[in-house]
Amino acid sequence: MRFSAEEIQEVVRMLNEEDLDIRSVTLSINTLYALSDDERKVINKLKDLDKTFTSFAEAVDKVSERLGVRIVTKRIAVSPVQIFLETVNNGVEIAKVLDELAENSGIDYVSGYSAFAERGIGRGSKRLIESLSEAIGSTKRITGMINAASTMSGVNADAVKEFVRQVFSMNPTSSSRVSIMANAPPDSPFVPSAHHGEGMPNLMINVAVSGPGVIESALRRNSPRTFREIHEIIKASAFKITRLGELIGKKVAEQMGVNFGVVDLSLAPSPKQGDSVAAIIEAMGVKMGSHGSLAALAILMDAVKKGGAMATSSIGGLSSAFIPVSEDSIMAQRAEEGYVDLFTLIALSSVCNSGVDMVGLSKSQGEEKAIGLVLDVLTLGITIDKILGVRIIPVDSPPGSTVELGGLLGKVVIMKLKDADTKIADFTGFIPNSIKRIDMG
Amino acid sequence: MESAVIVVVGADKPGIVAGISSKLAENNVNIIDISQTVLRGMFAMIMVVDISGSEKPIGKLREELQIKGKELGVEVLTYHGEVFKYMERV
Repeated sequence: MRFSAEEIQEVVRMLNEEDLDIRSVTLSINTLYALSDDERKVINKLKDLDKTFTSFAEAVDKVSERLGVRIVTKRIAVSPVQIFLETVNNGVEIAKVLDELAENSGIDYVSGYSAFAERGIGRGSKRLIESLSEAIGSTKRITGMINAASTMSGVNADAVKEFVRQVFSMNPTSSSRVSIMANAPPDSPFVPSAHHGEGMPNLMINVAVSGPGVIESALRRNSPRTFREIHEIIKASAFKITRLGELIGKKVAEQMGVNFGVVDLSLAPSPKQGDSVAAIIEAMGVKMGSHGSLAALAILMDAVKKGGAMATSSIGGLSSAFIPVSEDSIMAQRAEEGYVDLFTLIALSSVCNSGVDMVGLSKSQGEEKAIGLVLDVLTLGITIDKILGVRIIPVDSPPGSTVELGGLLGKVVIMKLKDADTKIADFTGFIPNSIKRIDMG
Repeated sequence: MESAVIVVVGADKPGIVAGISSKLAENNVNIIDISQTVLRGMFAMIMVVDISGSEKPIGKLREELQIKGKELGVEVLTYHGEVFKYMERV
């Protein structure tokens, strides 16, 4: 197959100058073979995963070296630990053994310290939610998620309250590893939402790509004049970005002899210069947070989905855009400047997936307001039948200050919750499912 | 055939093509196509090569070419042909 110099130049520019890389290759593992009512047996059986962890890490390195493409993280998704806690009391030891396995094999994150509690809190989900702070705090690489809402079942406000209580007792490096979600997908390659969902094969490879810089550069290079031109430029770039994800996923799956699952189309930013989703919006001439940002983000998302859909045979995960405030340098800057506030993020959530993500809150403003914020996002999720998550970082510092987390997590901006009183946390139980449920049959 | 794309970026001067080509020949890598372009405002040589005859894995070749590039004062990037096939062809 022959390629023109322009084609080669384009790919090299994307990989070399525009930070196109694979954010994560995630191996999703059915860990339920280790179920037992004896905690010791569970731990011993989970230790057998060491070979799988190692062979996965080797497979990823091999594919990265062969193709010359950078793979930023290797992640593992496990069956929700909630299921183990139906019969075992203590989840912390399970988290610790998975953390140790990850550290020994060079895996960046193990995700699945998670529970589904959208209609009510059951035995396993109760134990999991109540141990969230301790389990995450006792480990370095474990991430978890509480699915507290679904279009099918409604929003469980009791789970939201307990989640917020737990997160308020965490330090920032822990709270950045947990999220609360509506409609969590079973095949996400991204943490903290990743877990081995129901209906999946025993082993499966899912891939997350990262290429906001490619789209930003394409827009700046081509100076589009109409909305259709913007759409076309983004679509063409998204196709190419997603193809790279498809190639890597197939090759790692082949190398391991396991199923290739999905490519998550989401554009994931990093705090690096030139790797920002908000910068794409600004390349359209729209300052992030100004009027028009939601329209610009909606155009971006639609074009990414249309371009990406043709590039992979199987779409999964969250497949939208992430605008985690601390992890996206332009988002963080606009939040500090006051252009992006919490209601801006809620509005933007209607067209992307990350909702209120990597946002610092001041503990001094109280848990009630934070509960109200989470309920706003989750209710939006079930009202428009969308995957949405919230990741808040409560800290002692006042609104307007910043906390540096470093690495991929970036600088956390402490955003101000509204001072107005809210009594929504006084209600108990769950918010009934929306009328959309009836459409399902 | 197993193709790879080698891109050499740097200031143009005598000996670059010879230096990279001899490293390739040493490893039984056959040059299929060579073209020149400008990348990041600098001279760039693009080579499409066949690595199926090489006994070394592509990772090792990449490393050796990078070392050679350093000696010549240029940057050498090596990617597998499949990346281009996936991204540039439907």
